[in-house]
Amino acid sequence: MPVQERRIILKHVDQPDYTTDLDCYLRHGGYEVLRKALQSKPEELCQEVMKSGLRGRGGAGFSSGMKWNFLDRKSGKPIYLICNADESEPGTFKDRQIIHKDPHQLIEGIMVSCFAIQAKQAYIYIRGEFPLGARLLEKALDEARAKNFVGDNILGSGYSCDIVVHRGAGAYICGEETGLIESLEGKRPYPRIKPPFFPAVLGLYQCPTAVNNVETLCNVKHVIDMGGEAFSKIGKPNNTGTRILSVSGHVMKPGYYEFECGAITMGQLIDEVCGGLRPGRELKAIIPGGSSMKVLKAGERYKGKTKDGKEFEWGIRDIPLDFDSMLTAGSMAGSGGIIVMDDSTDMVEALANVNAFYAHESCGQCTPCREGSLWMNKISSRMSHGQARREDADLLESVAGQIAGRTICAFGEACAWPTQSFVDKFRDEFLAKADKSATPEATEPKRAAVPLI
Amino acid sequence: MADQNDLITVFVDDKEVAVPKGTNMIEAAFQAGVEIPHYCYHPKLSVVGNCRMCLVELGMPMRDRATGEPVLDEGGQQKIGWMPRPAIACATNAAPGLRIRTNTQVVKDCRNGVMEFLLINHPLDCPICDQAGECGLQEFAIDHGRGYSRFVENKVVKPKRTVLGPRVTLDDERCILCSRCIRFSKEIANDDVLGFVDRGSYSTLTCHPGKKLENNYSLNTVDICPVGALTSTDFRFKMRVWFLKETRSVCTESSVGANTLVGSREGKIYRITPRRNDAVNDTWMTDSGRVLYKQVDSDDRLHGASIKGEPVETETALNRAVEILRGGQAAIVGSGQASVEEQALLKKLAEAVKAVSVNLVAHLGEEDGLLLSADRTPNIRGALVTGLIESLPAEKLDGLAEAIDAGKVTTVLTHREDLRAAGLTDAQLGKISVIYLGTLANDTTRKATVVIPTLTVFEKAGSFVNQQFRLQTFEPAVPGPSAALNDAAALAKITSLLTDGDIPSQPTAVWKELAGTVPVLEGIAFNKIPADGLALDGSAWAGLSFPEKKSLHFEAAQEAATTA
Ligand SMILES: Cc1cc2nc3c(=O)[nH]c(=O)nc-3n(C[C@H](O)[C@H](O)[C@H](O)COP(=O)(O)O)c2cc1C
Ligand code: SF4
Ligand code: SF4
Ligand code: SF4
Ligand code: FES
Repeated sequence: MPVQERRIILKHVDQPDYTTDLDCYLRHGGYEVLRKALQSKPEELCQEVMKSGLRGRGGAGFSSGMKWNFLDRKSGKPIYLICNADESEPGTFKDRQIIHKDPHQLIEGIMVSCFAIQAKQAYIYIRGEFPLGARLLEKALDEARAKNFVGDNILGSGYSCDIVVHRGAGAYICGEETGLIESLEGKRPYPRIKPPFFPAVLGLYQCPTAVNNVETLCNVKHVIDMGGEAFSKIGKPNNTGTRILSVSGHVMKPGYYEFECGAITMGQLIDEVCGGLRPGRELKAIIPGGSSMKVLKAGERYKGKTKDGKEFEWGIRDIPLDFDSMLTAGSMAGSGGIIVMDDSTDMVEALANVNAFYAHESCGQCTPCREGSLWMNKISSRMSHGQARREDADLLESVAGQIAGRTICAFGEACAWPTQSFVDKFRDEFLAKADKSATPEATEPKRAAVPLI
Repeated sequence: MADQNDLITVFVDDKEVAVPKGTNMIEAAFQAGVEIPHYCYHPKLSVVGNCRMCLVELGMPMRDRATGEPVLDEGGQQKIGWMPRPAIACATNAAPGLRIRTNTQVVKDCRNGVMEFLLINHPLDCPICDQAGECGLQEFAIDHGRGYSRFVENKVVKPKRTVLGPRVTLDDERCILCSRCIRFSKEIANDDVLGFVDRGSYSTLTCHPGKKLENNYSLNTVDICPVGALTSTDFRFKMRVWFLKETRSVCTESSVGANTLVGSREGKIYRITPRRNDAVNDTWMTDSGRVLYKQVDSDDRLHGASIKGEPVETETALNRAVEILRGGQAAIVGSGQASVEEQALLKKLAEAVKAVSVNLVAHLGEEDGLLLSADRTPNIRGALVTGLIESLPAEKLDGLAEAIDAGKVTTVLTHREDLRAAGLTDAQLGKISVIYLGTLANDTTRKATVVIPTLTVFEKAGSFVNQQFRLQTFEPAVPGPSAALNDAAALAKITSLLTDGDIPSQPTAVWKELAGTVPVLEGIAFNKIPADGLALDGSAWAGLSFPEKKSLHFEAAQEAATTA
């Protein structure tokens, strides 16, 4: 049987007659879930989300129910909800589909969530490079306010909450939740130290704050619609619901696809959903969850035991596409951005590309990431410009090792993991670069040949 | 001080140490005798945790999640749950049973890594860098660094001599982006003008466009900069710090009495920096207080005694002063700039000549709420404590002017005060004989009959009583001009000649008498006054309307404030 997408979040996206205006959304049953939610008790809604097993779609895959549970309700301070629409992780292009093609779904998801956690005010922090998305959201919000789905005394429930759209200014680090909060407060997006600044306790303006991804918040709408119990039946235990996968790289049909968690394997995705590799090419490597996740190498074997004690041994194509399986394979499902590389790929060049991104995006606040990301970039860039040395592979690994686990925010891992996994798994290519280099015997590289970074 | 009962026990490398709950673990480790290297942490600023130099291994006593009961090992001891990753000590507060390890391989690797990262793009211009010798990078590179470089790439290039304001010059390449200076400007100086632009390793410290770092506290950023990025434009390239002798002193700018260190070499002062005193000035001082040493070599400095403008031997001037004092009705003008010892000796002198009046002059200015108080003298309270005066002085010597006009005063001995500036006219000065003891030439010295040059605060020892009635001592940093007399010695000498006695002028000797005669000073010996001062009981003067309202660690008592 050919594999079937299961579109819940993307149900209407790309449908021929589906538009972004409120009328169209209402014709498709829009804001009915909000209506229903407003009749319930907020705690019960939170319970449903807990029951649903929903995990965050922003990258870390943390339980959304738990996250809301942590909100410091005793403090008496207002609670804020922030929708993280900064989608900047290379290889990830799912949130933008929702924002650009079904903005009301997001707004409904946000309002249901706001009511559930009794938020005083909500924000959509949208990446600066999505000007059209921001405009669409503003327009959708105007429509929703006019119909009293957002604003004061929503649908006569007595509950009031507004949504403000805030545009970023073009920095990846604004996607990190505490960096985002700083940015929203009008400061440089320097991620905060945790402890003590956990958003659920000391978030926006030092008040309890829930930061959730666009896709996560849309899922909340469906959790409340079908009930947590029913939602938890979709996908696999602990990996519930669907996931939108953004596939890019060397496949015939790159794009975004929505599947139940764990319903298909990596091989099915590449070969059946995405039309396979380019003709005559072999699979070489896959980055499975946005560019910061550890690379998987074709030919690797992944062995282990599943939660229910079954032993398994997978090849790269056998890995089921869900949170836990990807963890077993030594990487992470991350943001769902899957980057496929065939045998035409020069892994040193590929790493140089990834490193250039992270060196450019490090906020520069903490020493290991600030200095390490640029150093790795300089090394890999030099290597790919014919000035590689044999010791560079070890040096790269060592530098990355001095970053991961020692920084303020998870950007440290995000920039270290690619280098660690690329060099570890493709060491021979890194060494071969040195052997092919213009001055293999030289220990001091010829600077002129290398771009000034 | 925390009550013994409030203390909790934490462990640093298995050493037990008792600290108040919530104590920063860098401080707790320090108390246990363990140094945790750090750059961005500063005891008086908010914690941001950006340098990552203070990474340690962190463990907490384990408790069962469900029951909350302690989890015990086979030996019956509570198990320690060690965190999988190193944690920063600067953002960790002491909690009961908390443990840190600072000497493991992981911690060594962390420090080694951070040091390497801090150095790869660092210019390493130590030979021409003012910070060399007191540089956090040099220090920890020796202790925790790798000792060689693995970096073969081009370094990041940044601006080298940015003028941030009138007193501070920045070398951005040396900046390690610890943000101490930014936090100081925002949190302490309330002048949020510094910030970073660009990102990653290209981050560059800069001043807000159109603004300058020119507040009166700007030089504190230079003090707290752990490297040679922020430099004092005044001190830049003048002297290697390891040649400087550091002498304890007290700032004379106002009644705050900020504790200071005077850096000098071969009799020349090069800089004044703050000395930490958590009860007075924390770790800060004003910019204006740092240039006071310039009076030492001022063009106006009095270098020799004179009679009617003619240079004479000091001895001659002293004898002439005594003659004049014996022959007329004398009034005394003392000074809030004078030390407790000098004020006590001046009181003796006043008694010896049966002075018509003893006056002080108030020097008032605007308060800044931090370290510059309304009273611009360091020791008005000393004059109260020693009994030189009983009420607060006015800014003008109106009473004395009247007495002169009425012919009741024919001689005025003034210690350090410029009588013209204090309201006496040339005509009034013309009617009397003026004896001046002080350091700088002014309109009064030009009219005075006898001028006896004395020493600045940097050239002698003594004590002041600040606005909190805190007794603080200072020591001589440099010798004064050869012909200048120590103020105390000059005053004691005049009184000795007047009374045919032998009055000692050494602080220790003066204090022997003060401790025996002044109740609030009972039992105090000069040599035993702690380096960070001694709180005196000022309640006897609570009824006076002092001009000070609020400083960093001072708040006027409510009653006094309302009667003012
Ligand atoms: C460097 C970095 C960048 C991130 N960028 C994004 C992003 O663009 N969008 C996003 O939703 N989450 C991003 N995250 C994850 C957020 O910090 C946060 O975990 C997430 O928004 C939580 O939402 P969720 O629980 O719904 O997944 C990023 C995290 C890091 C460390
Ligand atoms: S890890 Fe990188 S991005 Fe995160 S705070 Fe540190 S420097 Fe900034
Ligand atoms: S700051 Fe100055 S003294 Fe310190 S390492 Fe750098 S150049 Fe040397
Ligand atoms: S100039 Fe000095 S104090 Fe300021 S951030 Fe740089 S290193 Fe820190
Ligand atoms: S002292 Fe800088 S991170 Fe702790």
